[in-house]
Amino acid sequence: MNLDVILFALFAIGAVASAVFTITRRNPVAAAMSLIGHFFMLAGLYLTLHAQFVAVVQVLVYAGAIMVLVVFVIMLLNLGNEQQLTERISMRTTIGTLVAALFAMQVVTGLLARPTGVNTQHADAAMIGATAGIGNALFTTYIFPFEAVSILLLAALIGAVILAKRHLHEGI
Amino acid sequence: MVESYIPLFVMILVGIIFGASNIVLTEILGPKRSTRTKLSTYESGMEPVKSARERFSVKFYLVAMIFILFDIEIVFMYPWAVQFKELGMYGFVAMILFMVLLFSGYIYVVKKGALKWD
Repeated sequence: MNLDVILFALFAIGAVASAVFTITRRNPVAAAMSLIGHFFMLAGLYLTLHAQFVAVVQVLVYAGAIMVLVVFVIMLLNLGNEQQLTERISMRTTIGTLVAALFAMQVVTGLLARPTGVNTQHADAAMIGATAGIGNALFTTYIFPFEAVSILLLAALIGAVILAKRHLHEGI
Repeated sequence: MVESYIPLFVMILVGIIFGASNIVLTEILGPKRSTRTKLSTYESGMEPVKSARERFSVKFYLVAMIFILFDIEIVFMYPWAVQFKELGMYGFVAMILFMVLLFSGYIYVVKKGALKWD
């Protein structure tokens, strides 16, 4: 057991625990706080996998920006009475259970296929941080997806403005 | 490999200890002479009128949404900036194309008045 494995185990346990906390809390604010904890644990996991850039982005974008959206959703919907949200066995829970079972199956088969867990990452990337490697890959191999992302962001921007502005004109 | 993160862990640890110790120490050392006014909700000197748990306008959400989209744009600029010299003119043009598309989105947002707080 070296330090790498111990850290990975710690972050993995923390990630699972905070994820369980997130879905079991009745109070939406407590759930959101657990979700922030979960994002930080994921960032730690990325660090143990030598993906420094992804780890920093995880904290910047998810724990920073996405959580603002989650908190605003809580404020927008004003989920004071959480009892209303408890739902019975419905179409949604059935589909959710099916998807979760499929995912669990995939994880199990993935683990069985590669039980060694050898780190296949390139030595250079582990040395200097993955940012330069990501930059190279992004602007050579993945240049088309990169440019497509700008169109996706543009579409999201216009969609957000159109949806929110419609409500503004109705005077809410 | 992990050893190079030790300064980072020390910094996070010091940050947690500093924040937690401030809360705990003021709780232990500070005098507590509570009055009705002291215990009421702080509203910048105003009398609190009603519950703070009310529905907020969608305007806040719109600003947060626009912030996120440009935040993601900046995230893509980090790897580009690190490899700026190596990628050269080709990377520059690719980034300009990316920026132009998103800047047109910014112009749309401004022209539409989405950032106006009416």
